Amino acid sequence: MIRRLAPGAALSLVFVVAALLSYLWTPYAVDGMAIADRLKAPSGAHLLGTDHFGRDILSMLMVGARTSLAVALVAVGIGMGLGVPLGLAAAARHGGWLDEVIMRGNDLVFAFPSLVIAILITAIAGPSALNAIIAIGIFNVPVFARLTRGAALALWAREFIMAARVAGKGRVRISVEHILPNVTNLLIVQGTIQFSLGILAEAGLSYVGLGAQPPVPSWGRMLADAQTMVALAPHVALMPGLAIVFSVLGLNLLGDGLRDALDPKLREVRA
Amino acid sequence: MFRRTLTALAFVATPALAQQSDLTLAIQLEPPHLDPTSAAAGAIDSVLYSNVFEGLTRFAADGSVEPALAESWEISEDGTTYTFTLREGVRFHDGSAFDAEDVKFSLDRARAEDSVNAQKALFEGISEVSVVDPATVEITLAQPDGSFLFNLAWGDAVIVAPETIEGIKQSPVGTGPFAFSEWVQGDRVELTRYADYWGPAPALEAATFKFISDPTAAFAAMMAQDIDAFAGFPAPENIAQFEVDPRFQVLMGSTEGETILAMNNGQEPFDDPAVREAVAHAIDRQAIIDGAMFGQGTPIGTHFAPHHPDYVDLTDLSPHDPEVARQMLADAGYGEGFSTTLKLPPPSYARRGGEIIAAQLREVGIETEITNLEWAQWLEEVFRGKDYGLTIVSHTEPMDIGIYARPDYYFQYDNPDFQALMTELTGTTDAGDRSDLLAEAQRMIAEDHVNGYLFQLAFPTVADARLKGLWQNQPTQANPLAGVSWAE
Repeated sequence: MIRRLAPGAALSLVFVVAALLSYLWTPYAVDGMAIADRLKAPSGAHLLGTDHFGRDILSMLMVGARTSLAVALVAVGIGMGLGVPLGLAAAARHGGWLDEVIMRGNDLVFAFPSLVIAILITAIAGPSALNAIIAIGIFNVPVFARLTRGAALALWAREFIMAARVAGKGRVRISVEHILPNVTNLLIVQGTIQFSLGILAEAGLSYVGLGAQPPVPSWGRMLADAQTMVALAPHVALMPGLAIVFSVLGLNLLGDGLRDALDPKLREVRA
Repeated sequence: MFRRTLTALAFVATPALAQQSDLTLAIQLEPPHLDPTSAAAGAIDSVLYSNVFEGLTRFAADGSVEPALAESWEISEDGTTYTFTLREGVRFHDGSAFDAEDVKFSLDRARAEDSVNAQKALFEGISEVSVVDPATVEITLAQPDGSFLFNLAWGDAVIVAPETIEGIKQSPVGTGPFAFSEWVQGDRVELTRYADYWGPAPALEAATFKFISDPTAAFAAMMAQDIDAFAGFPAPENIAQFEVDPRFQVLMGSTEGETILAMNNGQEPFDDPAVREAVAHAIDRQAIIDGAMFGQGTPIGTHFAPHHPDYVDLTDLSPHDPEVARQMLADAGYGEGFSTTLKLPPPSYARRGGEIIAAQLREVGIETEITNLEWAQWLEEVFRGKDYGLTIVSHTEPMDIGIYARPDYYFQYDNPDFQALMTELTGTTDAGDRSDLLAEAQRMIAEDHVNGYLFQLAFPTVADARLKGLWQNQPTQANPLAGVSWAE
């Protein structure tokens, strides 16, 4: 089990550690411009080279990881915080008007292309990391609501829930005490996947200039700034690109590993 | 056998046919419409000036003013009456004849009460335009104006015909060497050679102006030779690659574009000259030119083009010195620094320059909140709304120091001395006196540190190595194609 979890966990950990470390230390100051040292290839002094302003790319990636992870984390938080209670409520009132309202509301949000609406939100409210978080977060809500409802519905038909109902527990109590603990593993797996999608969405938004604003470094904007310099100094575009690839890959592997580890059905099959 | 002969013939024939007679020229911005007399957008002139439309006078490639539709002129003793002799046999592209009535119509339209001309100030001095005979126009000025012939050369002063004015925004009809044929919005404008042109016939039979705003796409299109030339290439970092490629030539020209860090003089803290001076000292011009423009650009110390004979180098008034800047801020009561907004339009000189300036200002204690704006938003918020602290923009109009005499202009500089100086300049026709006044004006705004003066925008044109006759410099925003040809 550990073997399947290890690569994803290790890769994800690298980025988390880099992000946390950047609060205490980076090789160079991220706003330290040294025009004379611009577009330097990776070397001993600058492990990943420098960008078009002579800033250290490694330092910028570390601080950029902070932006990416924070945006994705809060966005998943919003999605879970709103989506899970909604899903539980819908399942508890299965077939009732509340279920209808919640699920049709979900369908409504699902009907819109998420990234386009995110662009709309940031265009109206102004580009900033906060607005990007809200935009990405809103689209996480129906994902978690649906997942929770589906899993909860299956549980509501089980004997132990019936026992709880016979014992006189209310729907809210049953949802919190019996349903929620049994859907947690699903939520964790989905959470890691939404987390990696959040990183991608943040990179996409800041690539078009709607995420974190300069001088705060972000992977997407580093990529955008570097694109006319690909022919000149490929590493400037390559480094943030690889950071995005590996962080998303790491989280997806982690999600897969967690599913294998947490899903009782899969465990039995393998055993 | 027969077929083989044909193929061989085709091969022989190819070199002769290869003589190209069309041109695809790319520019970055697409015009909002095609009427140069009713909008400030420079992109309109980039396509139409001296190609489709002509004025009484025009700018030559070196910035001097030469006769166009007016063959010659006489100026009265007191300098208030200009008598223009018009060129004969000139026809508009729709076949109608050009005469004095068209001149009167165009100028009266431009200076009318309800005119939407973007440069109405150019025509302010005119008190009357009268038709003497079909080939002679007399223009009376309220007072002598030393730059009147220069004013008439602007793209905003081109001659239009009353018959075709209705549809000018979509299908412009002028007197130039090329006639408008098609505008595919979002992509290109096509022009074709006008057979009845009064001047020497252009070598090109057809020309296409293509609009490519994205620097990456511009680089790809040029490298793949989808376009023959790009005037005002938007990615300065790629210029070096074109220079070493034998397929291309790079023309590094100058523009009338004074790139400035505009400060909102009407708003705290930039209403205090000491704060503005501190900002000027905080800025390292060379770092901005190197970092944002990859070395392309000339540092300036005032709002005047360095290639102009009357230019005074005033960069010494504000050398880069963070220590001095910090001290000045402290003396002005901003020892703790302050924060302000920095609103940036899309061009890379602004976006990249803005990041560098933000870092330089942070060094002396000024925090800036950067907002990236699209052009429409920038015009709305900054230019018209005056809702900003700092912004970066390039003023590409020629000889535009007069904007400092307009207190309602977006940087809101209100200095009666300067306004008096500009009035005096307008009334002066003697070249020597004008030079002195211009020097004084340059010094006045530089000493007041109205704005941070950064650099003169360079104008890189990347073109096929076989192209000849493209404008290297931009005395006005224009790409006249009459003199452009392909090398044999």
